[in-house]
Amino acid sequence: MIADGQSAAGQQLGPLITVSGVSFGYDRSPVLLDVDYAVQPGEFTGIVGPSGSGKTSLLRVLLGTVRPQRGRVERRPGLAVSYVPQLETVNWNFPVTVGECVLMSRSTRRLMPWTTPAERADVADVLERLGIGDLAGRHIRELSGGQQQRMFIARALLRRPQLLLMDEPTSGVDIGTRHEVLHLLADLNREGLAIVLTTHDLNGMASHLPHLVALQHRVVAYGPPSEVIVPDVLEQTFGARMEVLQHLGMPVVVDTAEPISLQPVAG
Amino acid sequence: MTLWQSLLDPFGYDFFLKGLVAAVLAGALCGLIGVFITLRGMSYIGHGLSHAIFGGYAAAPLLGIPIVLGAGAWGLASALAINAITRSRRIGADAAIGVVTTASFALGVALLTRFGTKGPAFDALLFGSINGVTRSDLLLLAGALLFAASLFTVLYRSFLFSTFDPEVADVSGVPVRRMDALLMLVLSVSVLATLKILGVTLVAATLVIPAVVARMLSDSFSRMLWLSTGLGSAAGAVGMYLSFQLEIPSGTTIVLVNALVFLVVLAISRGSALRRAGGLHDHAPATSSAPALARAGH
Repeated sequence: MIADGQSAAGQQLGPLITVSGVSFGYDRSPVLLDVDYAVQPGEFTGIVGPSGSGKTSLLRVLLGTVRPQRGRVERRPGLAVSYVPQLETVNWNFPVTVGECVLMSRSTRRLMPWTTPAERADVADVLERLGIGDLAGRHIRELSGGQQQRMFIARALLRRPQLLLMDEPTSGVDIGTRHEVLHLLADLNREGLAIVLTTHDLNGMASHLPHLVALQHRVVAYGPPSEVIVPDVLEQTFGARMEVLQHLGMPVVVDTAEPISLQPVAG
Repeated sequence: MTLWQSLLDPFGYDFFLKGLVAAVLAGALCGLIGVFITLRGMSYIGHGLSHAIFGGYAAAPLLGIPIVLGAGAWGLASALAINAITRSRRIGADAAIGVVTTASFALGVALLTRFGTKGPAFDALLFGSINGVTRSDLLLLAGALLFAASLFTVLYRSFLFSTFDPEVADVSGVPVRRMDALLMLVLSVSVLATLKILGVTLVAATLVIPAVVARMLSDSFSRMLWLSTGLGSAAGAVGMYLSFQLEIPSGTTIVLVNALVFLVVLAISRGSALRRAGGLHDHAPATSSAPALARAGH
Protein backbone atom coordinates (compact mmCIF):
# COMPACT_ATOMS: atom_id res chain seq x y z
CA MET A 1 0.00 0.00 0.00
CA ILE A 2 1.09 3.58 -0.68
CA ALA A 3 1.46 5.94 2.29
CA ASP A 4 0.10 9.42 1.62
CA GLY A 5 2.17 12.60 1.76
CA GLN A 6 0.07 14.76 4.09
CA SER A 7 2.24 17.41 5.70
CA ALA A 8 1.65 18.87 9.15
CA ALA A 9 2.07 22.43 7.84
CA GLY A 10 -0.52 21.88 5.11
CA GLN A 11 -2.95 20.31 7.55
CA GLN A 12 -2.85 23.38 9.80
CA LEU A 13 -4.23 25.54 6.98
CA GLY A 14 -7.31 23.33 6.71
CA PRO A 15 -8.81 21.45 3.72
CA LEU A 16 -8.07 22.41 0.12
CA ILE A 17 -11.72 21.92 -0.84
CA THR A 18 -14.71 21.29 1.44
CA VAL A 19 -17.93 19.86 0.02
CA SER A 20 -20.87 20.19 2.46
CA GLY A 21 -24.33 18.68 1.91
CA VAL A 22 -23.93 18.76 -1.88
CA SER A 23 -26.71 17.41 -4.11
CA PHE A 24 -26.49 17.40 -7.88
CA GLY A 25 -28.33 15.78 -10.77
CA TYR A 26 -29.06 15.88 -14.49
CA ASP A 27 -32.65 16.32 -15.73
CA ARG A 28 -34.16 15.70 -12.27
CA SER A 29 -32.25 12.40 -11.87
CA PRO A 30 -30.19 12.75 -8.70
CA VAL A 31 -26.54 11.77 -9.09
CA LEU A 32 -25.13 13.11 -5.82
CA LEU A 33 -27.22 13.24 -2.64
CA ASP A 34 -26.17 15.19 0.43
CA VAL A 35 -22.44 14.52 -0.05
CA ASP A 36 -19.93 15.70 2.58
CA TYR A 37 -16.24 15.41 1.75
CA ALA A 38 -13.09 17.43 2.44
CA VAL A 39 -9.89 17.19 0.36
CA GLN A 40 -6.94 17.55 2.74
CA PRO A 41 -3.48 18.87 1.70
CA GLY A 42 -1.22 16.05 0.50
CA GLU A 43 -3.92 13.36 0.60
CA PHE A 44 -4.12 10.53 -1.93
CA THR A 45 -7.69 9.33 -2.28
CA GLY A 46 -9.62 7.12 -4.65
CA ILE A 47 -13.34 7.59 -5.21
CA VAL A 48 -14.77 4.12 -5.88
CA GLY A 49 -18.19 3.06 -7.05
CA PRO A 50 -19.97 1.43 -9.99
CA SER A 51 -20.83 3.23 -13.24
CA GLY A 52 -23.45 5.91 -12.63
CA SER A 53 -22.71 6.16 -8.89
CA GLY A 54 -21.65 9.82 -9.20
CA LYS A 55 -17.83 9.46 -9.22
CA THR A 56 -17.24 11.75 -12.19
CA SER A 57 -19.91 14.19 -10.99
CA LEU A 58 -18.17 14.50 -7.60
CA LEU A 59 -14.90 15.12 -9.47
CA ARG A 60 -16.64 17.86 -11.51
CA VAL A 61 -18.01 19.42 -8.32
CA LEU A 62 -14.44 19.50 -6.95
CA LEU A 63 -13.22 20.99 -10.24
CA GLY A 64 -15.97 23.59 -10.17
CA THR A 65 -17.22 22.78 -13.69
CA VAL A 66 -20.73 21.94 -12.41
CA ARG A 67 -22.72 23.90 -9.85
CA PRO A 68 -24.46 21.83 -7.18
CA GLN A 69 -28.23 22.24 -6.84
CA ARG A 70 -27.87 22.18 -3.05
CA GLY A 71 -25.02 22.44 -0.58
CA ARG A 72 -21.75 24.37 -0.50
CA VAL A 73 -18.32 23.96 -2.04
CA GLU A 74 -15.51 25.97 -0.40
CA ARG A 75 -12.07 26.22 -1.95
CA ARG A 76 -8.94 27.51 -0.27
CA PRO A 77 -8.21 30.95 -1.79
CA GLY A 78 -5.61 30.78 -4.58
CA LEU A 79 -5.86 26.99 -4.84
CA ALA A 80 -4.28 25.63 -8.05
CA VAL A 81 -6.07 22.53 -9.33
CA SER A 82 -5.11 20.48 -12.39
CA TYR A 83 -7.21 17.85 -14.11
CA VAL A 84 -6.28 14.75 -16.10
CA PRO A 85 -9.15 13.34 -18.21
CA GLN A 86 -9.76 9.72 -19.13
CA LEU A 87 -7.43 8.62 -21.92
CA GLU A 88 -10.40 7.10 -23.72
CA THR A 89 -12.04 10.52 -24.21
CA VAL A 90 -9.06 11.98 -26.07
CA ASN A 91 -8.70 12.33 -29.84
CA TRP A 92 -5.25 10.74 -30.22
CA ASN A 93 -5.22 11.58 -33.93
CA PHE A 94 -5.29 15.32 -33.20
CA PRO A 95 -2.35 17.03 -34.97
CA VAL A 96 -0.14 17.96 -32.00
CA THR A 97 3.17 16.76 -30.62
CA VAL A 98 3.83 15.81 -26.98
CA GLY A 99 5.57 19.14 -26.35
CA GLU A 100 2.71 21.15 -27.89
CA CYS A 101 0.17 19.22 -25.82
CA VAL A 102 2.05 19.88 -22.55
CA LEU A 103 2.42 23.57 -23.44
CA MET A 104 -1.39 23.90 -23.64
CA SER A 105 -1.28 24.46 -19.87
CA ARG A 106 0.20 27.88 -20.59
CA SER A 107 -2.68 28.96 -22.89
CA THR A 108 -3.94 31.68 -20.58
CA ARG A 109 -0.55 33.12 -19.61
CA ARG A 110 0.51 34.07 -23.10
CA LEU A 111 -1.68 34.89 -26.07
CA MET A 112 0.55 34.71 -29.15
CA PRO A 113 1.37 31.33 -30.68
CA TRP A 114 5.16 31.60 -30.53
CA THR A 115 6.91 29.66 -27.75
CA THR A 116 9.44 31.50 -25.59
CA PRO A 117 12.80 29.91 -24.62
CA ALA A 118 11.65 29.88 -20.96
CA GLU A 119 8.50 27.95 -21.91
CA ARG A 120 10.53 25.45 -23.95
CA ALA A 121 12.82 24.94 -20.95
CA ASP A 122 9.84 24.43 -18.60
CA VAL A 123 8.29 21.85 -20.91
CA ALA A 124 11.64 20.04 -21.29
CA ASP A 125 12.07 20.00 -17.48
CA VAL A 126 8.65 18.57 -16.70
CA LEU A 127 8.91 15.93 -19.46
CA GLU A 128 12.37 14.96 -18.19
CA ARG A 129 11.03 14.70 -14.64
CA LEU A 130 8.34 12.29 -15.82
CA GLY A 131 10.81 10.20 -17.81
CA ILE A 132 9.58 11.12 -21.31
CA GLY A 133 12.08 13.90 -22.07
CA ASP A 134 13.02 12.35 -25.41
CA LEU A 135 9.42 12.28 -26.67
CA ALA A 136 8.69 16.05 -26.91
CA GLY A 137 8.73 16.06 -30.72
CA ARG A 138 6.67 12.89 -31.17
CA HIS A 139 3.05 12.93 -32.36
CA ILE A 140 0.72 12.00 -29.46
CA ARG A 141 -0.62 9.03 -31.46
CA GLU A 142 2.80 7.35 -31.25
CA LEU A 143 2.78 7.03 -27.43
CA SER A 144 2.07 3.92 -25.35
CA GLY A 145 -0.71 4.02 -22.73
CA GLY A 146 1.76 4.78 -19.92
CA GLN A 147 3.45 7.51 -21.95
CA GLN A 148 0.06 9.08 -22.76
CA GLN A 149 -0.78 9.24 -19.06
CA ARG A 150 2.68 10.69 -18.26
CA MET A 151 2.17 13.36 -20.93
CA PHE A 152 -1.15 14.46 -19.41
CA ILE A 153 0.35 14.46 -15.90
CA ALA A 154 3.19 16.60 -17.28
CA ARG A 155 0.64 19.02 -18.74
CA ALA A 156 -1.12 19.12 -15.36
CA LEU A 157 2.14 19.65 -13.42
CA LEU A 158 3.21 22.55 -15.64
CA ARG A 159 0.50 24.60 -13.86
CA ARG A 160 2.23 23.83 -10.52
CA PRO A 161 -0.96 22.55 -8.85
CA GLN A 162 -1.52 21.75 -5.16
CA LEU A 163 -4.28 19.30 -6.11
CA LEU A 164 -4.41 16.85 -9.04
CA LEU A 165 -7.80 15.40 -10.00
CA MET A 166 -7.86 12.37 -12.31
CA ASP A 167 -10.75 10.57 -13.96
CA GLU A 168 -10.16 6.80 -14.18
CA PRO A 169 -6.39 7.06 -14.78
CA THR A 170 -5.99 3.32 -15.36
CA SER A 171 -9.15 2.64 -17.36
CA GLY A 172 -8.39 0.61 -20.47
CA VAL A 173 -4.65 0.25 -19.84
CA ASP A 174 -2.68 -2.97 -19.36
CA ILE A 175 -1.31 -4.24 -16.03
CA GLY A 176 2.22 -2.94 -16.65
CA THR A 177 0.92 0.56 -17.45
CA ARG A 178 -1.31 0.48 -14.37
CA HIS A 179 1.68 -0.26 -12.12
CA GLU A 180 3.71 2.44 -13.89
CA VAL A 181 0.97 5.07 -13.35
CA LEU A 182 0.38 4.03 -9.73
CA HIS A 183 4.08 4.35 -8.82
CA LEU A 184 4.38 7.69 -10.62
CA LEU A 185 1.39 9.07 -8.70
CA ALA A 186 2.79 7.74 -5.42
CA ASP A 187 6.09 9.56 -6.11
CA LEU A 188 4.25 12.82 -6.86
CA ASN A 189 2.16 12.44 -3.70
CA ARG A 190 5.31 11.90 -1.62
CA GLU A 191 6.52 15.27 -2.96
CA GLY A 192 3.40 16.84 -1.39
CA LEU A 193 0.90 16.87 -4.27
CA ALA A 194 -2.66 16.04 -3.18
CA ILE A 195 -4.30 13.55 -5.57
CA VAL A 196 -7.94 12.55 -5.86
CA LEU A 197 -8.88 10.06 -8.56
CA THR A 198 -11.90 8.02 -9.56
CA THR A 199 -11.61 4.32 -10.19
CA HIS A 200 -13.84 1.28 -10.44
CA ASP A 201 -10.78 -1.01 -10.28
CA LEU A 202 -10.87 -2.29 -6.69
CA ASN A 203 -7.96 -4.75 -6.81
CA GLY A 204 -5.68 -3.08 -9.34
CA MET A 205 -5.97 0.48 -8.07
CA ALA A 206 -8.20 1.20 -5.06
CA SER A 207 -6.65 -1.31 -2.64
CA HIS A 208 -3.19 0.32 -3.15
CA LEU A 209 -4.34 3.82 -2.12
CA PRO A 210 -4.13 5.28 1.41
CA HIS A 211 -7.74 6.57 1.45
CA LEU A 212 -10.95 5.64 -0.30
CA VAL A 213 -14.42 7.16 -0.64
CA ALA A 214 -17.09 4.56 -1.47
CA LEU A 215 -19.81 6.37 -3.42
CA GLN A 216 -23.31 5.28 -4.39
CA HIS A 217 -24.91 8.71 -4.92
CA ARG A 218 -24.16 9.24 -1.20
CA VAL A 219 -20.87 8.64 0.61
CA VAL A 220 -21.26 5.05 1.84
CA ALA A 221 -17.87 4.94 3.61
CA TYR A 222 -14.63 6.90 3.90
CA GLY A 223 -11.31 5.67 5.24
CA PRO A 224 -8.37 3.38 4.53
CA PRO A 225 -8.94 0.33 2.27
CA SER A 226 -9.12 -1.94 5.35
CA GLU A 227 -12.31 -0.08 6.38
CA VAL A 228 -13.83 0.54 2.95
CA ILE A 229 -13.04 -2.67 1.07
CA VAL A 230 -15.21 -4.88 3.30
CA PRO A 231 -18.20 -7.00 2.21
CA ASP A 232 -20.94 -4.82 3.78
CA VAL A 233 -19.64 -1.54 2.28
CA LEU A 234 -19.07 -3.19 -1.11
CA GLU A 235 -22.61 -4.60 -1.12
CA GLN A 236 -24.08 -1.16 -0.33
CA THR A 237 -21.88 0.47 -2.96
CA PHE A 238 -21.96 -2.03 -5.82
CA GLY A 239 -25.24 -3.82 -5.04
CA ALA A 240 -23.59 -7.24 -5.08
CA ARG A 241 -22.17 -9.50 -2.40
CA MET A 242 -18.38 -9.88 -2.67
CA GLU A 243 -15.84 -11.77 -0.65
CA VAL A 244 -12.71 -9.98 0.60
CA LEU A 245 -9.44 -11.91 1.09
CA GLN A 246 -6.14 -10.62 2.43
CA HIS A 247 -2.97 -10.79 0.32
CA LEU A 248 0.35 -9.16 1.34
CA GLY A 249 -1.58 -6.98 3.82
CA MET A 250 -3.96 -5.69 1.16
CA PRO A 251 -7.63 -6.56 0.59
CA VAL A 252 -8.43 -8.55 -2.53
CA VAL A 253 -12.03 -8.61 -3.74
CA VAL A 254 -13.44 -11.86 -5.08
CA ASP A 255 -16.73 -12.05 -6.96
CA THR A 256 -19.00 -14.63 -5.28
CA ALA A 257 -21.36 -15.07 -8.22
CA GLU A 258 -22.15 -18.67 -9.12
CA PRO A 259 -20.16 -19.93 -12.12
CA ILE A 260 -22.21 -19.94 -15.32
CA SER A 261 -22.56 -23.41 -16.85
CA LEU A 262 -22.53 -23.34 -20.62
CA GLN A 263 -23.55 -26.23 -22.88
CA PRO A 264 -20.70 -27.37 -25.15
CA VAL A 265 -21.30 -26.45 -28.80
CA ALA A 266 -22.33 -29.51 -30.80
CA GLY A 267 -20.15 -30.61 -33.72
CA MET B 1 -7.95 34.07 -81.39
CA THR B 2 -4.89 31.98 -80.48
CA LEU B 3 -4.91 29.47 -77.63
CA TRP B 4 -2.72 31.80 -75.56
CA GLN B 5 -5.08 34.70 -76.15
CA SER B 6 -8.12 32.65 -75.20
CA LEU B 7 -6.38 31.49 -72.01
CA LEU B 8 -5.63 35.08 -71.03
CA ASP B 9 -8.95 36.42 -72.27
CA PRO B 10 -10.74 36.36 -68.85
CA PHE B 11 -8.13 38.68 -67.34
CA GLY B 12 -9.31 41.45 -69.63
CA TYR B 13 -12.66 41.65 -67.87
CA ASP B 14 -13.09 43.72 -64.76
CA PHE B 15 -15.90 41.50 -63.40
CA PHE B 16 -13.67 38.40 -63.74
CA LEU B 17 -10.79 40.03 -61.90
CA LYS B 18 -13.13 41.01 -59.07
CA GLY B 19 -14.55 37.48 -59.02
CA LEU B 20 -11.05 36.01 -58.99
CA VAL B 21 -9.95 38.13 -56.03
CA ALA B 22 -13.20 37.27 -54.25
CA ALA B 23 -12.70 33.54 -54.87
CA VAL B 24 -9.10 33.64 -53.57
CA LEU B 25 -10.19 35.50 -50.43
CA ALA B 26 -13.24 33.23 -49.94
CA GLY B 27 -11.13 30.09 -50.40
CA ALA B 28 -8.48 31.30 -47.95
CA LEU B 29 -11.11 32.27 -45.38
CA CYS B 30 -12.99 28.97 -45.58
CA GLY B 31 -9.71 27.02 -45.57
CA LEU B 32 -8.54 28.77 -42.41
CA ILE B 33 -11.77 28.35 -40.45
CA GLY B 34 -12.24 24.85 -41.82
CA VAL B 35 -9.28 23.57 -39.75
CA PHE B 36 -11.09 24.41 -36.50
CA ILE B 37 -14.45 23.26 -37.82
CA THR B 38 -13.25 19.83 -38.97
CA LEU B 39 -11.04 19.16 -35.94
CA ARG B 40 -14.00 19.95 -33.66
CA GLY B 41 -16.15 17.45 -35.58
CA MET B 42 -18.50 20.27 -36.63
CA SER B 43 -18.32 19.86 -40.42
CA TYR B 44 -22.11 19.78 -40.62
CA ILE B 45 -22.35 23.25 -39.04
CA GLY B 46 -21.04 25.02 -42.15
CA HIS B 47 -23.64 23.19 -44.22
CA GLY B 48 -26.43 24.02 -41.77
CA LEU B 49 -25.35 27.60 -41.26
CA SER B 50 -25.27 28.46 -44.96
CA HIS B 51 -28.82 27.15 -45.27
CA ALA B 52 -29.90 29.06 -42.16
CA ILE B 53 -28.37 32.31 -43.43
CA PHE B 54 -30.34 31.93 -46.66
CA GLY B 55 -33.50 32.64 -44.61
CA GLY B 56 -31.98 35.86 -43.28
CA TYR B 57 -30.81 36.79 -46.77
CA ALA B 58 -34.38 36.63 -48.03
CA ALA B 59 -36.03 38.20 -44.97
CA ALA B 60 -33.68 41.18 -44.42
CA PRO B 61 -34.78 43.31 -47.45
CA LEU B 62 -38.45 42.72 -46.61
CA LEU B 63 -37.85 44.08 -43.13
CA GLY B 64 -35.98 47.08 -44.53
CA ILE B 65 -32.65 45.95 -43.00
CA PRO B 66 -29.39 45.91 -45.03
CA ILE B 67 -28.78 42.32 -46.26
CA VAL B 68 -25.34 42.05 -44.64
CA LEU B 69 -26.63 43.13 -41.23
CA GLY B 70 -29.90 41.17 -41.34
CA ALA B 71 -28.45 37.94 -42.70
CA GLY B 72 -25.40 38.31 -40.44
CA ALA B 73 -27.52 38.64 -37.29
CA TRP B 74 -29.73 35.77 -38.46
CA GLY B 75 -26.67 33.64 -39.13
CA LEU B 76 -25.04 34.41 -35.79
CA ALA B 77 -28.27 33.62 -33.92
CA SER B 78 -28.52 30.31 -35.82
CA ALA B 79 -24.86 29.51 -35.15
CA LEU B 80 -25.20 30.15 -31.41
CA ALA B 81 -28.39 28.07 -31.31
CA ILE B 82 -26.63 25.24 -33.16
CA ASN B 83 -23.69 25.44 -30.77
CA ALA B 84 -25.97 25.41 -27.70
CA ILE B 85 -27.88 22.41 -29.06
CA THR B 86 -24.63 20.58 -29.81
CA ARG B 87 -23.46 21.04 -26.21
CA SER B 88 -26.76 20.33 -24.46
CA ARG B 89 -26.99 16.67 -25.62
CA ARG B 90 -30.70 16.63 -24.78
CA ILE B 91 -31.68 15.66 -28.29
CA GLY B 92 -29.58 14.50 -31.22
CA ALA B 93 -27.60 17.53 -32.39
CA ASP B 94 -27.78 16.45 -36.03
CA ALA B 95 -31.58 16.15 -35.90
CA ALA B 96 -32.03 19.49 -34.12
CA ILE B 97 -29.70 21.27 -36.54
CA GLY B 98 -31.53 19.65 -39.44
CA VAL B 99 -34.82 21.11 -38.19
CA VAL B 100 -33.46 24.63 -37.44
CA THR B 101 -31.48 25.09 -40.62
CA THR B 102 -33.82 23.48 -43.13
CA ALA B 103 -36.76 25.43 -41.65
CA SER B 104 -34.76 28.64 -42.11
CA PHE B 105 -33.84 27.62 -45.67
CA ALA B 106 -37.48 26.79 -46.47
CA LEU B 107 -38.53 30.19 -45.11
CA GLY B 108 -35.96 31.82 -47.38
CA VAL B 109 -37.25 29.93 -50.44
CA ALA B 110 -40.84 30.86 -49.56
CA LEU B 111 -40.00 34.56 -49.11
CA LEU B 112 -37.91 34.75 -52.30
CA THR B 113 -40.58 32.96 -54.35
CA ARG B 114 -43.40 35.15 -53.00
CA PHE B 115 -41.69 38.55 -52.83
CA GLY B 116 -38.65 38.22 -55.13
CA THR B 117 -35.11 39.39 -54.33
CA LYS B 118 -33.34 42.69 -54.39
CA GLY B 119 -29.97 40.92 -54.19
CA PRO B 120 -28.46 38.11 -56.31
CA ALA B 121 -30.70 35.78 -58.33
CA PHE B 122 -32.09 32.65 -56.65
CA ASP B 123 -29.89 30.14 -58.52
CA ALA B 124 -26.83 32.36 -58.00
CA LEU B 125 -27.46 32.24 -54.24
CA LEU B 126 -27.70 28.45 -54.38
CA PHE B 127 -24.62 27.68 -56.48
CA GLY B 128 -22.55 30.87 -56.48
CA SER B 129 -21.89 33.28 -59.33
CA ILE B 130 -18.96 35.05 -60.94
CA ASN B 131 -21.22 37.98 -61.83
CA GLY B 132 -21.98 41.04 -59.79
CA VAL B 133 -19.08 40.91 -57.28
CA THR B 134 -18.93 44.48 -56.01
CA ARG B 135 -16.22 46.49 -54.30
CA SER B 136 -18.16 46.23 -51.03
CA ASP B 137 -18.28 42.41 -51.41
CA LEU B 138 -14.48 42.39 -51.71
CA LEU B 139 -14.12 44.67 -48.69
CA LEU B 140 -16.40 42.41 -46.65
CA LEU B 141 -14.37 39.33 -47.67
CA ALA B 142 -11.03 41.03 -46.96
CA GLY B 143 -12.34 42.30 -43.61
CA ALA B 144 -13.63 38.85 -42.66
CA LEU B 145 -10.28 37.24 -43.57
CA LEU B 146 -8.32 39.87 -41.63
CA PHE B 147 -10.64 39.46 -38.62
CA ALA B 148 -10.34 35.65 -38.66
CA ALA B 149 -6.55 35.66 -39.15
CA SER B 150 -6.01 38.23 -36.36
CA LEU B 151 -8.30 36.36 -33.97
CA PHE B 152 -6.67 32.98 -34.60
CA THR B 153 -3.19 34.49 -34.20
CA VAL B 154 -3.83 36.40 -30.98
CA LEU B 155 -5.90 33.61 -29.37
CA TYR B 156 -4.05 30.73 -31.07
CA ARG B 157 -3.28 28.85 -27.85
CA SER B 158 -6.76 29.14 -26.38
CA PHE B 159 -8.37 28.03 -29.67
CA LEU B 160 -5.96 25.10 -29.93
CA PHE B 161 -6.59 23.95 -26.33
CA SER B 162 -10.38 24.34 -26.51
CA THR B 163 -10.43 22.47 -29.83
CA PHE B 164 -8.29 19.58 -28.53
CA ASP B 165 -9.77 19.17 -25.05
CA PRO B 166 -12.56 21.62 -24.09
CA GLU B 167 -13.13 20.15 -20.62
CA VAL B 168 -9.51 20.43 -19.47
CA ALA B 169 -9.16 23.80 -21.21
CA ASP B 170 -12.14 25.05 -19.19
CA VAL B 171 -10.61 23.82 -15.93
CA SER B 172 -7.29 25.42 -16.92
CA GLY B 173 -8.87 28.86 -17.19
CA VAL B 174 -9.55 29.06 -20.95
CA PRO B 175 -12.95 30.75 -21.51
CA VAL B 176 -14.20 27.87 -23.65
CA ARG B 177 -17.75 29.14 -24.13
CA ARG B 178 -16.43 32.53 -25.24
CA MET B 179 -14.06 30.77 -27.66
CA ASP B 180 -17.00 28.78 -29.10
CA ALA B 181 -19.06 31.95 -29.49
CA LEU B 182 -16.15 33.74 -31.20
CA LEU B 183 -15.67 30.84 -33.62
CA MET B 184 -19.38 30.88 -34.42
CA LEU B 185 -19.17 34.65 -35.03
CA VAL B 186 -16.24 34.22 -37.43
CA LEU B 187 -18.01 31.33 -39.15
CA SER B 188 -21.24 33.32 -39.58
CA VAL B 189 -19.44 36.34 -41.01
CA SER B 190 -17.42 34.08 -43.32
CA VAL B 191 -20.41 32.14 -44.64
CA LEU B 192 -22.21 35.42 -45.24
CA ALA B 193 -19.22 36.97 -47.00
CA THR B 194 -18.62 33.93 -49.23
CA LEU B 195 -22.24 33.10 -50.03
CA LYS B 196 -22.33 35.12 -53.29
CA ILE B 197 -19.26 33.38 -54.73
CA LEU B 198 -19.71 29.86 -53.37
CA GLY B 199 -23.48 29.52 -53.01
CA VAL B 200 -25.60 28.17 -50.16
CA THR B 201 -25.31 24.53 -51.14
CA LEU B 202 -21.53 24.52 -51.70
CA VAL B 203 -20.05 26.61 -48.86
CA ALA B 204 -19.74 23.57 -46.61
CA ALA B 205 -17.47 21.73 -49.07
CA THR B 206 -14.98 24.61 -49.15
CA LEU B 207 -14.92 24.62 -45.35
CA VAL B 208 -14.23 20.90 -45.13
CA ILE B 209 -12.18 19.71 -48.14
CA PRO B 210 -9.06 21.96 -47.84
CA ALA B 211 -8.85 21.22 -44.10
CA VAL B 212 -9.17 17.46 -44.66
CA VAL B 213 -6.50 17.55 -47.39
CA ALA B 214 -4.23 19.59 -45.08
CA ARG B 215 -4.74 16.97 -42.35
CA MET B 216 -3.84 14.25 -44.87
CA LEU B 217 -0.59 16.08 -45.64
CA SER B 218 0.48 17.17 -42.15
CA ASP B 219 0.57 16.07 -38.52
CA SER B 220 1.13 19.63 -37.29
CA PHE B 221 -1.71 21.96 -36.30
CA SER B 222 0.11 25.16 -37.31
CA ARG B 223 1.18 23.68 -40.67
CA MET B 224 -2.42 22.56 -41.22
CA LEU B 225 -3.57 26.17 -40.86
CA TRP B 226 -1.12 27.39 -43.53
CA LEU B 227 -1.77 24.45 -45.87
CA SER B 228 -5.56 24.63 -45.65
CA THR B 229 -5.57 28.40 -46.20
CA GLY B 230 -3.24 28.06 -49.21
CA LEU B 231 -5.12 25.13 -50.73
CA GLY B 232 -8.45 26.90 -50.27
CA SER B 233 -7.28 30.07 -51.99
CA ALA B 234 -5.58 28.17 -54.84
CA ALA B 235 -8.71 26.09 -55.43
CA GLY B 236 -10.72 29.33 -55.39
CA ALA B 237 -8.53 30.88 -58.09
CA VAL B 238 -8.49 27.80 -60.36
CA GLY B 239 -12.20 27.18 -59.79
CA MET B 240 -13.11 30.75 -60.67
CA TYR B 241 -11.03 30.60 -63.86
CA LEU B 242 -12.75 27.34 -64.89
CA SER B 243 -16.12 28.86 -64.06
CA PHE B 244 -15.50 31.62 -66.62
CA GLN B 245 -14.12 29.28 -69.28
CA LEU B 246 -16.71 26.53 -68.90
CA GLU B 247 -19.67 28.80 -68.06
CA ILE B 248 -20.49 26.78 -64.92
CA PRO B 249 -21.49 28.35 -61.55
CA SER B 250 -18.35 29.35 -59.62
CA GLY B 251 -19.28 27.45 -56.42
CA THR B 252 -19.50 24.25 -58.43
CA THR B 253 -16.10 24.57 -60.12
CA ILE B 254 -14.36 25.62 -56.87
CA VAL B 255 -15.73 22.57 -55.06
CA LEU B 256 -14.81 20.29 -57.97
CA VAL B 257 -11.22 21.59 -57.94
CA ASN B 258 -11.05 20.99 -54.17
CA ALA B 259 -12.41 17.47 -54.67
CA LEU B 260 -9.86 16.81 -57.41
CA VAL B 261 -6.99 17.88 -55.10
CA PHE B 262 -8.39 15.52 -52.45
CA LEU B 263 -8.42 12.61 -54.93
CA VAL B 264 -4.88 13.36 -56.16
CA VAL B 265 -3.49 13.45 -52.59
CA LEU B 266 -5.38 10.25 -51.81
CA ALA B 267 -3.98 8.52 -54.90
CA ILE B 268 -0.39 9.65 -54.25
CA SER B 269 -0.48 8.60 -50.61
CA ARG B 270 -2.25 5.32 -51.49
CA GLY B 271 -4.70 5.71 -48.63
CA SER B 272 -2.18 6.21 -45.83
CA ALA B 273 -2.99 9.94 -45.64
CA LEU B 274 -6.70 9.14 -45.37
CA ARG B 275 -6.04 6.99 -42.31
CA ARG B 276 -4.33 9.99 -40.69
CA ALA B 277 -7.37 12.18 -41.45
CA GLY B 278 -9.78 9.37 -40.61
CA GLY B 279 -9.85 10.20 -36.93
CA LEU B 280 -10.45 13.94 -37.29
CA HIS B 281 -12.67 13.75 -34.26
CA ASP B 282 -12.38 10.14 -33.12
CA HIS B 283 -11.76 9.42 -29.47
CA ALA B 284 -9.63 6.35 -29.81
CA PRO B 285 -8.90 4.15 -26.79
CA ALA B 286 -5.48 4.37 -25.21
CA THR B 287 -2.81 2.05 -26.53
CA SER B 288 -3.12 -1.10 -24.52
CA SER B 289 -1.85 -4.57 -25.00
CA ALA B 290 -4.23 -6.30 -22.60
CA PRO B 291 -7.17 -4.14 -21.60
CA ALA B 292 -9.45 -7.10 -20.91
CA LEU B 293 -6.91 -8.55 -18.50
CA ALA B 294 -6.61 -5.20 -16.71
CA ARG B 295 -10.36 -5.10 -16.20
CA ALA B 296 -10.60 -8.68 -15.04
CA GLY B 297 -9.91 -7.77 -11.44
CA HIS B 298 -12.69 -5.14 -11.16
